[in-house]
Amino acid sequence: MFKHFIKLQWKSFIRAAAFKSNLAFSIFLIFIGLYFCATFLMLGVGAYFIIEDLELGDPLTIVNSFMIYYLVADLVMRYMFQKMPVLNIRTLLYQPIKKNDVVKYSLWKTVASFFNIMHAFFFVPFSIVLITQGYDPLGVLGWHLGIFALFYANNFLNVMMNNLDSIFYPLIALMLALAVSQYYGWFDITAFTQPIFQALYEIPWTAILPWALLIGMYLASFSYFRRHMYLDAGLATKQVEAKTEDYAWLNRFGNLGTFLKNDIRLIRRNKRSKTTVIMSVFFLFYGLFFFTQSVETLDHPTWKVFAGIFISGGFLFSFGQYVPSWDSAYYPLMMSQNIKYKEYLNSKWYLMLFATVISTILSVWYIYFGLDTYLAILVGAVYNIGINSYLVLWGGAYIKTPIDLNSNKNAFGDKQAFNAKTMLLTIPKLLLPLGVYMIGHIFIGETAGYVMVALTGVLGYVFKEKVFRIIEKIYKKEKYKTLLAYSQKN
Amino acid sequence: MEHLDIPKGQSFGLVGNNGAGKTTFFSILLDLVQPTTGKIISNEVDVNTSEAWKPFTSAFIDESFLIGYLTPEEYFYFIGELRGQNKADVHSLLSQFEDFFHGEILGQKKYLRDLSKGNQKKVGIVASFIGKPEIIVLDEPFANLDPTTQIRLKSIVRDLASNQDVTVLISSHDLMHVTEVCERIVVLEKGDIVKDIETSEETLRELENFFSGSLAN
Repeated sequence: MFKHFIKLQWKSFIRAAAFKSNLAFSIFLIFIGLYFCATFLMLGVGAYFIIEDLELGDPLTIVNSFMIYYLVADLVMRYMFQKMPVLNIRTLLYQPIKKNDVVKYSLWKTVASFFNIMHAFFFVPFSIVLITQGYDPLGVLGWHLGIFALFYANNFLNVMMNNLDSIFYPLIALMLALAVSQYYGWFDITAFTQPIFQALYEIPWTAILPWALLIGMYLASFSYFRRHMYLDAGLATKQVEAKTEDYAWLNRFGNLGTFLKNDIRLIRRNKRSKTTVIMSVFFLFYGLFFFTQSVETLDHPTWKVFAGIFISGGFLFSFGQYVPSWDSAYYPLMMSQNIKYKEYLNSKWYLMLFATVISTILSVWYIYFGLDTYLAILVGAVYNIGINSYLVLWGGAYIKTPIDLNSNKNAFGDKQAFNAKTMLLTIPKLLLPLGVYMIGHIFIGETAGYVMVALTGVLGYVFKEKVFRIIEKIYKKEKYKTLLAYSQKN
Repeated sequence: MEHLDIPKGQSFGLVGNNGAGKTTFFSILLDLVQPTTGKIISNEVDVNTSEAWKPFTSAFIDESFLIGYLTPEEYFYFIGELRGQNKADVHSLLSQFEDFFHGEILGQKKYLRDLSKGNQKKVGIVASFIGKPEIIVLDEPFANLDPTTQIRLKSIVRDLASNQDVTVLISSHDLMHVTEVCERIVVLEKGDIVKDIETSEETLRELENFFSGSLAN
């Protein structure tokens, strides 16, 4: 039975329309994976000695203190990046295949996931080092097995809650709050969690508890999937009550208004676009890496400009790079109607403009870190509007990924984003403003650097028409390839 | 296809077995696909090189012509705005199709993606009438429609066809419908025109003979 599933899986991979880029991307992913494994391995071997040298305390205790953060971070990574076991279940429902087998295969597939295996590269060497350093072997074994069960429990927990944004985002917020309070010494959650993990070592048979948890998680996810395997239950699409929205106030803008209306409806009524908006909100906090001086190398003002661009540009980048793919489901309609590309592009541009302005206003609180910090954000916003908005639309014209508006597949990382032309456009998007700033800073002064970046942004506005015309030509040239690519439902 | 001439105002039916090239032909007509050789000239406009055919051409091929996250009303107004029709114009057009909609389309509080396939089709077909287009292209409009709707659609298309300013191009698998509705029928096989008939009483039998014959081939 499982032979069949594996065969189906293999065929679906090989025969995917995007196989060639899938393959290249997969190889790239493998390299990233190997890099992670190597890093983990080195950490696993070296962590014990590093912690000892730094005189932080007993290495096992220290590792156990941060275990809770490690586990939650692991869950977050899985949520965002681990692929869910998707089998085309509908066609299998009425075949002579036991539903239990389908569910079992899907769940066991996740066990082999890289996200499970990679932790072994840290824990196995670490445990070995522990034993060689004189820790009680039975204790270490218990600890090791217990922790491992917890990571696998994470695996099944993720499978169950993978689409529940309502749980995920509060969880992240909670973890961030705990981390911040630990950092500032207000509340130390590890004081509570550390003994739990330590107990796995001290009293080895307590390792049974994580394993019980693991089995529980497996059974829970099994029954969850099993229960939802009916066409009218889990597989049925939920129907929401629709409201006809008029947006009459946009009518004064003529054709531009027509497209704006649709784009607003697109963003509001589709899962994938809503995710993009949420991601843009997260971008608003990007500056915290830079401005809290947590990493010293990032303290130079040049990096402030870098951060400034991302803070105001979250929506611009995450929405803009997928234009026109947002309309991929009905691209034939758009191509056969009397639509001026210029007006179409303009409406997307205005959307990005509003979003950038709103983001800039919403980041006023960054003034807490200093006026020049907010200046960097303002300047970054001007640059975004004046130059990056066009570049992002330009790059998007080369990306031919169909977007399923109703699901979040690939929302967090798109294979086709590794398109050579698109990456080439990253240079003026990010490196140019940094370069301009540095020139101004080095030759004249800090403020001059900011002013120069802003000026470049304003100048960019002059090129708006020209770039739109270039994009229009690309749309027309790539029309047939794009139509073909969008019709691949994969 | 060597050569095909479709005069203005004709109601033109395209039939053929699967893979004959009906949808491909329509796709080329709408410049969604490039022909390997040759071209289509619509009203003296080469569809491949110019976009001037878009204002007077209208089509409904499949669900990729529908915007799933819009309600039917929003979709109609959107198409109307693209064709210079205001809300009132769209309303007066839609009122003619109340029967056709059977109360399941307007005022339903559903997005297009949540309508049944048949209702989605109704929306697409009626939307193609908005703005008084001169060419209307419908790919297998009768498929997936319930019997009542099929009959109503036939009378709608016949009315359209009698209007000499509108050229209607329809493809279908249903020989009966297409003979009742179109004044000219072209049979495609593997991309070639094998029959070009002016519809008469005999046409249905002629077509049935032809297609049962191709089974034997």
